[in-house]
Amino acid sequence: MKTMTKAAKWTLIPIRAISRLKQRESRAFGLRSLALAGLTIGLLSSCTLLDSKPTNEQITQLMKQSFAERGDAKLDRLDQSELQRVCSDYTGKEVPKAVKEKLEQAALASVRYPTDGKYLGDFKSGERIAQSGVGLQFSDAKGTVAGGNCYACHQISKQELAYGNIGPTLYNYGKLRGDSEAILKYTWARIYNAHAFNACNSMPRFGAAGILTEAQMKDVMALLLDPKSPVNQ
Amino acid sequence: MKTIATKAAIGQSVIAFSPHSAFKFALFALGLGVAAMVGAQPKDSTEAEIEKYRQMLQDGNPAELVSLKGEGLWKKKQGPKQASLELCDLGLGPGIVKGANAQLPRYFADGDAVMDLETRIVHCMVTIQGLDRNKVTARPYSGAGQSATDMEALVAYVVEESRGMKINVPQQHAKEREAFARGEKIFYFRGGPYDFSCASCHAVDNQRIRLQGLPNLTKTEPAQKAFASWPAYRVSQGALRTMQWRIYDCFRQQRFPELKYLSPASVDLITYLGARANGGVMETPAIKR
Repeated sequence: MKTMTKAAKWTLIPIRAISRLKQRESRAFGLRSLALAGLTIGLLSSCTLLDSKPTNEQITQLMKQSFAERGDAKLDRLDQSELQRVCSDYTGKEVPKAVKEKLEQAALASVRYPTDGKYLGDFKSGERIAQSGVGLQFSDAKGTVAGGNCYACHQISKQELAYGNIGPTLYNYGKLRGDSEAILKYTWARIYNAHAFNACNSMPRFGAAGILTEAQMKDVMALLLDPKSPVNQ
Repeated sequence: MKTIATKAAIGQSVIAFSPHSAFKFALFALGLGVAAMVGAQPKDSTEAEIEKYRQMLQDGNPAELVSLKGEGLWKKKQGPKQASLELCDLGLGPGIVKGANAQLPRYFADGDAVMDLETRIVHCMVTIQGLDRNKVTARPYSGAGQSATDMEALVAYVVEESRGMKINVPQQHAKEREAFARGEKIFYFRGGPYDFSCASCHAVDNQRIRLQGLPNLTKTEPAQKAFASWPAYRVSQGALRTMQWRIYDCFRQQRFPELKYLSPASVDLITYLGARANGGVMETPAIKR
């Protein structure tokens, strides 16, 4: 059910998303702090459904006692962001519309588009990034370049059969959608911070959380959108 | 074409097919064979072939050897007090191993805490045998190509004695219920650079990472099957892996910091998963890819 909704969102031309991108340009960045303030008020009123359970603060404290820092994996990874806390509380439940919209606005405001205005890099490098699942684990050697691990959850090129199905298929992504400026911007934002379009979905915020560099993101974009990419054959 | 095991791992963990035993090598070759077949098949038959591979694994479980070693250790007089673990109360009374793990974690009055199997074994090693807690917990998991640690061996023995028994993780004591409530929150706790929680992978039916199926642990039947099959012998690592290890490695892939052995969060989470699995039938130690 959840998967179908996600898939449907991807398949349709994202009109809502594009109009929101335009809105964002006309609004100031101050929107973000306003959204967070509103979110806090929204949260206070929704907390009653959790009253018989341990508090988020207690759980964070318990988690910090239970983990040890190793390599780049520090204990601050257990300090939940507003987004993480709200999405934890609403996993498997409907996120109230107002709360969801505020999260989505804040997520969209976090997106930084390529400084040189170019969206597409090298699709062959993009394929390697999509295949690689290393990076950010406490077991990774220092300086390990993180991959995107896209195949863990998505079908992408037809050649790779070992793909997961948590996310929708991305095969023929560019062929089906074209490479208009609107599609480029939408796809970039979706990879950068997917919560901009569907708050509390499962996809990591590859740009906003600093998982992939701008150059890596361009390569993954090319894998999806370059007409020569195996994805679009 | 890489092996199924490699492809299935979200974090591409180091896979150790150590050729030191012919048996393991044969399984490895088998895995490659299946993986090669997979390459030529469409999706549905891919899953069928993986299921066939899993079936073939059931023929012989090297965990039996680990469990034999564990039985020896359990009955051996050790430590400053020269006592054996046969005096250890795993919840059903001193010396009773049969069926004990099907009812763990549980509250123990002597420690005034909820303990999972591994916490309880360490508790007994310290109190009955007089061993040093830091020493016995220093290296709980075997590395690539190493033989089982004492803890892995003891776990293999105890859980084998619960094979075929009904899971019945108690929720009578207030502290057992508190552990469950905290475990539930931990299951849904999103954090780290990937924003993952346990539920990111284990709350929807029929999901896969690469080719690895992900049980929906929010539903009774898959929750029972999953809990019933850990600890397990993991063929791709040539090692018996304990429940503490299972949780530890999930958090590694979630990009969290390193879970401490026997930490309160680990016990709470195992309590939650165990009590949710009540009514299932233990298949431990299982054998997995």
